[in-house]
Order: sequence, then C-alpha cells, then structure tokens
Amino acid sequence: MNNARENILKRLRSKPRDTNDLQDNLIPDYGWDKEKKIERLIEQMQAVRTEVQRLGKNQWIDWINSELPKRKLNRVLAGSTKEGLAFKESAHHSLEVQDYSQNIEQFKATLFNQIDAGITTTRGGIADTGSLILWPDEQEPRLLSLVPPVHIALLKSDEIYESLAQAIESQHWENAMPSNALLVSGPSKTADIQQTLAYGIHGPKQLIVLILE
Amino acid sequence: MPQTEAFVQRIDKALANHQARQNLRATMDRLKLKRLQQFPDKRQLDDLRHQAKSIRQKTLDHLPELLEQLEEKLTQNGIQVHWAETAEQANSIVHDILSKADAKTVVKGKSMVSEEIDMNAYLEQQGIEVIESDLGEFIIQLAHEPPSHIIMPAIHKNARDVAQLFHQHFPELAYTEDVDELTLSARKILRNKFASADAGISGVNFAVAETGTLCLVENEGNGRLSTTVPDLHIAITGIEKVIEKLEDLPPLLNILPKTATGQTITTYVNMISGPRKDNEKDGPREVHLVLLDNTRSDIHSSDEFIDTLRCIRCGSCINHCPVYVQVGGHAYGSTYPGPIGTVLEPQRIGLKQMGDLTSACSLCGACAEACPVQIPLPSLINRLRAESNNQQFGNSRTSGKGSLRNRSEAMTWKLWSFTHARPWLYAIFGWTASRLRFLAPSKLGGWTKYRTAPKPAPQTLHELARQQGFDNE
Amino acid sequence: MEKPENIYFFGTCLIDLLYPKAGLAGMQLLQREAINVIYPQNQTCCGQPAFNSGYRDEALDVALNLLQCFPKDIPLVVPSGSCAGMIKHHWPELFKNHPEENAVKRLSAQTYELTQFLTDVLDIKLEDLGQPVKVAIHTSCAARREMQAADAIEKLVDQLKQVEKQQQHNKEECCGFGGTFAIKQADISGAMVEDKTRYLKDTGADLVISQDCGCLMNIGGALEKQGTSPATKHIAEFLWERTNATD
Repeated sequence: MNNARENILKRLRSKPRDTNDLQDNLIPDYGWDKEKKIERLIEQMQAVRTEVQRLGKNQWIDWINSELPKRKLNRVLAGSTKEGLAFKESAHHSLEVQDYSQNIEQFKATLFNQIDAGITTTRGGIADTGSLILWPDEQEPRLLSLVPPVHIALLKSDEIYESLAQAIESQHWENAMPSNALLVSGPSKTADIQQTLAYGIHGPKQLIVLILE
Repeated sequence: MPQTEAFVQRIDKALANHQARQNLRATMDRLKLKRLQQFPDKRQLDDLRHQAKSIRQKTLDHLPELLEQLEEKLTQNGIQVHWAETAEQANSIVHDILSKADAKTVVKGKSMVSEEIDMNAYLEQQGIEVIESDLGEFIIQLAHEPPSHIIMPAIHKNARDVAQLFHQHFPELAYTEDVDELTLSARKILRNKFASADAGISGVNFAVAETGTLCLVENEGNGRLSTTVPDLHIAITGIEKVIEKLEDLPPLLNILPKTATGQTITTYVNMISGPRKDNEKDGPREVHLVLLDNTRSDIHSSDEFIDTLRCIRCGSCINHCPVYVQVGGHAYGSTYPGPIGTVLEPQRIGLKQMGDLTSACSLCGACAEACPVQIPLPSLINRLRAESNNQQFGNSRTSGKGSLRNRSEAMTWKLWSFTHARPWLYAIFGWTASRLRFLAPSKLGGWTKYRTAPKPAPQTLHELARQQGFDNE
Repeated sequence: MEKPENIYFFGTCLIDLLYPKAGLAGMQLLQREAINVIYPQNQTCCGQPAFNSGYRDEALDVALNLLQCFPKDIPLVVPSGSCAGMIKHHWPELFKNHPEENAVKRLSAQTYELTQFLTDVLDIKLEDLGQPVKVAIHTSCAARREMQAADAIEKLVDQLKQVEKQQQHNKEECCGFGGTFAIKQADISGAMVEDKTRYLKDTGADLVISQDCGCLMNIGGALEKQGTSPATKHIAEFLWERTNATD
C-alpha cells in the first residue's frame, strides 16, 4: 500500500502550518513529601476499592501466608523475580505456588482456570492518581497481573512519584520503552449497564497493594 | 428530501420516548456534575484545556513528519505499519492480515474507528467471527444496534433491556436484572473468547511518535486481554491520533478521563511498544497498526476545519449538548453523534447526506466550553451551514457544498436582507406590523405548537426613541 | 474604562418590533447615569438570523447598514447577549477582507452587552423601591459564553434588597430558542423549552428575568401557553421599574 502512504503524506504536506500561542507542557509540582504521597496514593486507591496494606519490607510474605488461606485463595502464581522466588520458597503449606515460567501457549489453561491470585512487583507508584507502574518482562509476564481474579502488587514506599509526568521524567522512559508498560489504578470495573458501577468485569476483581516501608 | 425525512422521523421517535429521555437526562446530569467535581477551579481548568489544545495542535502542525517518525519507531520496535486512504482499504488490510495468520475468530476492544469503517460487518462477511469484548459494545452487538455515544455505547439501554438480551442469547443463564450478576455473566461468557481467539483488534487513544508507543486507556481489562492473549494484535487508528513525545501523554491522560467520565484516571493505561520479545512468555508475536485517513487529510488541509482533528474522542461535548439529551445518539443516524458528530460527519461523508445534522443545534456553545482541546464546535457547525447552502463558500474540500440549498429559503433570506439593509423599507415594515398587529397570526406552525405567538408592540423602539428625544447621531 | 460621555445604543430588531419598552428602559437607565445615549434611526438588524442560517452574503448586507450607523469612536451598548455577541465575535469573521474590516474591529472592541456595561463600566448603584419578589435569572447562552455577562446580571439583581433570587436546575442549559433553530427543529426546541420551563416553575419564582428577549419570547411564550407562572421580563425593564417605584 505504498501508494496510500504517499498519497496521504502528500495531502498532509499541501498546507504547511505553524500555530502561534501554543503552550509548553507543565509538570505539576505539588510539593508533597513522602508521607503525603503515600497518604494521597492510599486515598485515591481506596476510593476505587483497592485494598491497601502498609507493611514492613520483610513482612509481606507473612501477610500473604496468613491472609490468602483465610480468603481461600490457595492457588497462587508468582513471577521469577527475586521476590517471586523468595515467596515460592517460603509459602504457607496450604498455598500451591507456581511461577509463570512457561510460554502462554502451554500455560493458558492453567492460567485462566487454576489460579486464584497473582503476585507482582512494581516499578513504583503514582500518588495523584493512585496508580501502580508495571513493566511486564520475562520474569513477570503481562498476563500475571491481568488474568488471575486477584492481583497482589508489591509497592516500595520510597518509589512513589507525585505524578505520571514526574515518573516518566525520573525514570527516563523516553530512552527505552518496554514492549508493554502499564498503569494499574484499581480492580477492573464498568458502568456500562445503566451507568451503575460494577467491579470485576474482565480484569482482576480485586487489587491488593502492599506498600512496603 | 429523503435524508431530511429520515432524520425527522428519527427525531420524532426519539422525542416520543419519554422514559428514555428521562433516563438520559439523569445520566447526563450526573456526568456533568462528576466532571465539574474534578475541576473545582475554572482558571486551572482553562489552563489544562489550553495545554491539551497545544499538544494536539502541535501534532497537526507537524502531522506528516510525526507520522513518518511514528512509522519508523514502530517498525524498529517490531510493529508493522499499514496505511489506508479509505474505509475499504483499511478493512481489506485488516482482513489480509487475519487471512495470512489463518485467524478465524477475533476479540475486539472498543474502537470508534472500527465503527466508522463498519469493520465488523466486513469481516463477518468474509466468514470471520468478531466478538466485541467491551461490555457496552458487547451489549449493542447482541442487540444489533450501533453505539449511541462514543464512550458509553449502550447508554440508551437500561438493566432490564440488558437482562432480556442476555437471557435471549444465553438462555442457560438465569434471568436477572441485577447489575452485578449481569456483569459476572458477561465476564464468564467472554472469558473463554479471550482465551481462544486467534486475534485481537483494538483502537488507539494516542500513538507516541518519539518512542513508537500505542497508548490505550480502559476500565474493564478487556482491552489488555484482547491485545495480550491472542498471538496477533491489530490496532487501527485515525492518522490524527499521533502525539509527538512521551511527555505529551501525562497532560492528555490527566484531562481525558476527568472530562469524559469524571474519573481521575482509567483503571488501566496500556502502553504497547512492541510484540512479545524473544524471552518473554506472553504477548502477541505479531502486532500491526493500521493508519486510517478516510478524509482526515482533506480536513487537515482546511484552515477553517483543521480544529476538528484535535478531538481526543472524550465525549464531553455530547454530555453537555442540550439537543443530545433530548434525542439521544441514534437520532443522528451517524457513527459519531452529538456536536463532534455534527462537525465530523458532514466532512467525512458529505453535506448532501449529513449536512442536515447541523440544523439540530441551537449554537448554545456548551460543547465548546466543555471541549478539553478547545475545538470551536458551534463556529464549525455554522460554517458547515454556510457550505450547505453555498457551493462557493470557503476553501474546504467538504463534498456536497451547496447541495442543501433550498430555493424558497434562499428567497426568504434575500427578501429579508433586502428589507433589513434599507432603513426606510424596514421602517415601513415595522410601522405596518405594529399598526396591524391585531392581524398577527396566532398559529405559527412549529412555534405555536409549544408557545403563544408573539405580537408586535403598538409602537416600535424607533418611534419611542424619537418621541423621547434621543439623539440620532 | 472610564465612564463615556456618549454611547451608541443598538436596540435590536426583536426589541424594536416586539419589546420596545425593554429597549427604552435600557436607554433610560443609561441616560439616568448622565450619559448621552445616541439611537441612530437607521439601525435595523445585526444580521445574525441570516448568518446562523448559513446565508452570510445576506447577513453581510444587513450588517453593513448597521455598521454605518456607528461611525464615531464611542462604545456600543446592546440590550441582548446574542446581538452583542454577533457584533463582537462574528462580525470580524463576517467582514474578513472587507474594506470595512478595520471599522468593524474598532467597533467590536467596544461593544458591550447592557448588563456588563452597567456593572463593569458604570459600576451602577441601584436602590430597590419595589415590593418583595422572587426571581429566577436566565442568562442566555450568548450572554454567558460569548459576552461573559452571567456575573453582571447576578450582581445587578443582588443590589436589589427586596428581590430574592432562586436557582433553577440546569441553569446554564440552553432554553431551546437558538433563533431559527426554534422553527427548523421545532420539536427538539419544544422539548428543550419544556424542560426549561419545568425547572423554572419548580423554583417557585414569580418572575423570570433575562438579558435576552429571544429567550424571553421562547420561555415566556411557552409558560403562557401552559397557562402558568412565572411571568417574564427583560432585565432593563425590571431594573427601571424597581428603581422607579412604579408598582
């Protein structure tokens, strides 16, 4: 379809333009300290039914081991990050932990039908919108945070940015974007039926964020 | 004229449905309020709008270069880029890609562009099964209806409508009007489709030229599932959806959800910059982007109408339109309804078929006030009216200029202009009307259906001013 | 801007024929502030009806006649948001590349809707001599969005101590007049004015006041046909009456 390409570009070039009175981008600057960022993040997250727990950085495995059996979320999927492997190592005996190490083609049936919860790390959080930053990779594939009905995310308390603009700038995303980058800001929801909010339509029904100090 | 009649019929039908009007009114009241709550400070809101406008206008000023850069980066990233001038070309390209991959089932994320080109019908004709996965789109697919809003396609349906639809198509599920239960049913029904579809097709909210990234926003998760589970992902977008840099995303992602639905952010922001890498476990191995022109380059060439292309498809104009709230989306009979539809469709399809839409507007300006990228919608609608009547008007490439010229209306305005441009003639007319005001008709067609007829006053203001001794110059 | 000695007054064709008392009241309010109000007898219409119907050449002919009524470099005051908006915002477009383009720019830069002239330029002081009354204010779309005069009418009414303001639901929504829209899409317009009158009735107001007679003709006509209160009045007439103890 080279013709189409040339035709389109030719038409677009027929009228050179330069608009005045355009504004540069402004990065919001809230001046929030660490505690304020955490507070704001939690407020935004809880407003959309995300469960948030603040834990010491070595307490999360204990928390998961104590909570998941209670909630009958016994079949857990983790990534092959050091956190994922650490969890697999110390999981409660009632929990059956797999790691997402096969290709989706071989793993699909298990992933869709036999996993109750998926655990991922994050690349930080965003306070003003209550969002998690995830860059799926070979250690924590894309569907790990999407298919299991419960998504548990580990967020380091000192990796919370004020805004997306700040996160992009600080982490220099423009240098190399991964094949998939995500912002996750709550459990899946819809208001398509009679404008009534309902949770857990296609993505995870539950999002649990463990903020680690 | 058949188009006018069909339009009138659709309007009449819509106005007669009092329940639907009530529902829509309640919905729009709520959406307007939620949006307002996101922007408590008007000056700050106008700053954000100006910022968003600037980003979008910058794109349009450099569109050909940015499209080339986008193509280069995407290709480097392993995403295959295709260009389509027309709807037919786009559909054909998509079908080709599917055929080559031997893909028979497609799961779709919401895409207004795909509605614009009637993609589902085309693919289905070729024997491909297309399943809409966004709940609103899924509902209208079951109902065999087009979307009635660009963000909330099933806004015209209530829980009972959906319950009946589900029960009709999935009789194995118990009948329920409970929204949570219906939602759970949809999750169950569609889960398998995500898992088994050969391909996923999606739209694109913004395509970043700097990094070769497709950015998609959604609340449900169906977008991520459709673009991640199947081995093949085809994205389709209008050529105007490109933005220059990654740093342009945050201001747009900031204002878009807030103005569209009153949300601070959508549940998911999905940024795709490539297919599955060699060592990755999931993600499509093949990713394509189809760039659709379909008159956008013509609109781009028009100084008067280029503003149209700043649109980020948020739907705020629709939510604030006092006409839309009365008639709903289907009355427009177009892919895009409401104010943006009234501006876009006559340009896309032609004034002969769609020029009528411009009459269903009181030029109130609520749309322009709500638009996050400051598109002067009423001004554009007014221009289209001029183009409808006058073949010579303006420099745009809109087809069908002058095709809606009505001889008797043109004569009326000529006569009106003749009298009103001549003070002495106007004075005679005014004097006559005031002195013979008792003969003023009390039935004036559409006007007096809803109101009493106005009566000329006993003396004109010209006369009163003279009598009171006001200076003439 | 300082208080001018002389101003032009454009009554509008609607007021001229149907609501002249509103126009006269506007002129008298201004005259009472020691301003010489000039009412050129050659004025007719700003051209908006044709302009909004897509007949720009016809609109231009009529607008040109009106332009020629205002040769002096003094402010123009208009008792209508929509006609003021036409002159201020749409005449520059209409007269683009026309020999009179500069004259139009000069005029539109000093075109005011009446209430905004009274508050922003004259800082008028009003004393309420009338009986207690409940009013609802309907600001037209043009007054609100083109002339930014929504605050002006509110401030004027706030000065009247015997007047209680009511707030109608969806106050900012169009009443459905839209000029020829009310004829071309009569049923949609009818639906819009039905909602607007219901919201106004629900406030329990005695009177609806507005800067624009087009809206008043629409809303007032609909209320009259429904056989119900509130009554309607133009802001100029309302202010003139309230500050003259005529009732």
